[in-house]
Amino acid sequence: MLAPGPFATVQDAGRTGWASIGVPRSGAADRPAAALANRLVGNDPAAAVVEATAGGLRVRAERTLLVAVTGAPVPVVVDGRPAPFAAPTTLRPGAVLALGTPRVGLRSYLAVRGGIDVPPVLGSRSTDTLSGLGPPALAAGRRLPVGGLAGEEPVVDVAPVAGPPERPVLRLLPGPRRDWFDGAAWPALISGAWEVAADSDRVGLRLAGPRLRRARDGELASEGLVPGALQVPPDGAPVLFLADHPVTGGYPVLAVVVTADLPVAAQLRPGDRVRFRAAR
Amino acid sequence: MTGTEGSHRATAYGDRAVLVEAADPADVPGLHAALLAAPLTGQADLVPAARTVLVLLDRPVTDRDLAALQRLVPAVPGDGSAREPVVLPVVFDGPDLAEVARRTGRTADGVVAALTGAALTVAFGGFAPGFGYLTGLPADLHVPRRATPRTRVPAGSVGLAGPYAGVYPRASPGGWQLVGRTDAVLFDVDRDPPALLAPGTPVRFRAVG
Repeated sequence: MLAPGPFATVQDAGRTGWASIGVPRSGAADRPAAALANRLVGNDPAAAVVEATAGGLRVRAERTLLVAVTGAPVPVVVDGRPAPFAAPTTLRPGAVLALGTPRVGLRSYLAVRGGIDVPPVLGSRSTDTLSGLGPPALAAGRRLPVGGLAGEEPVVDVAPVAGPPERPVLRLLPGPRRDWFDGAAWPALISGAWEVAADSDRVGLRLAGPRLRRARDGELASEGLVPGALQVPPDGAPVLFLADHPVTGGYPVLAVVVTADLPVAAQLRPGDRVRFRAAR
Repeated sequence: MTGTEGSHRATAYGDRAVLVEAADPADVPGLHAALLAAPLTGQADLVPAARTVLVLLDRPVTDRDLAALQRLVPAVPGDGSAREPVVLPVVFDGPDLAEVARRTGRTADGVVAALTGAALTVAFGGFAPGFGYLTGLPADLHVPRRATPRTRVPAGSVGLAGPYAGVYPRASPGGWQLVGRTDAVLFDVDRDPPALLAPGTPVRFRAVG
């Protein structure tokens, strides 16, 4: 690791089965993009990859490696020459791979054939930024071991994938506590223009837009959360939870983003505009 | 997609989860136990909480799931009271002990006596890895959270909030009334099981110097 860029972590499919003792799932924020990167190099889709936030990553191969970059589209440069995005690329020993800055989207994924082989914690190699489990965020000088677990030789030359949409729209299902809000809250959520706030991270997107008012006061007993849950604290500014969301929350959830649109949410960056619409 | 027969209600929560809400919080351990004993197909994880059990699936929720969960019969959870309790050694010198005493009309020693005399049970987890919401406090020790949360509560702090007692497994922000501290290791990823306090575990506080 020569440079992690603004923020980079190791991520896989996350930790499942530990929620009852307070362990979040974590894992790649844009899971289909991470799975695609793995498929391009012949890995299990759940193998550990590097999640680079806003590009800027630079790594040097210590031996011959097969790699692929997916997610937020970024210029990929190997030893100063352009290399393909979303396609398998061979790095010779000593080769330096550098990611530019994505024009749209936030999180790009670097898969290496064999998988990133840091020690698993509770069955996952993911860095959980909320609970502190898993390896620390990547820093310059860190050596990343590459595992030997890969399947058959990859057969896909290039994966033509659409980048993140220019005008993102997330489909919503009603949340379990929609009845905690007044009748204007859901229409305001659907019709409003929302902006992703600066303090958004892997835990969730903080959204600025119309105020969502409650119909009732009082405290909700803490209950389980899902990725995509749109929770509304007393100040009325919603939080849309992503991969490192807490296991439980004590504020009412007005709506839930459909699973198919979570990758779009995971690629939003501070300042981006986003809209919602009812899923049905 | 909601059903309401019986003593609980099963509601779709997004397209990959169902929230099972018990009429009586005392039913939550039984609903959790029933789902541990006979998981749904594709059941990825369970999140028992104060009044609810969230059932996380690795596939879309169907009407059949909702019907099955609506019909769920609570199982008899492992009888925690028959197990030896986890005894947590606590130094009762917390910064809010005097405030808790004032609110409850007890002396500080009286608060400590009530806490060490209580047979507590881990009702559920969720705030942080290894944190257990402990129930079984005498009703007069149900105190509100602090109006202003602390930005940093040290690991091992023993706190009270509402009907619950709890121990912070690691340093974090927090709004509970802090009455003491323990050096017990609440969470260790290299231990099996990693959490000292899992749902159903009986717990006692023991006062130490």
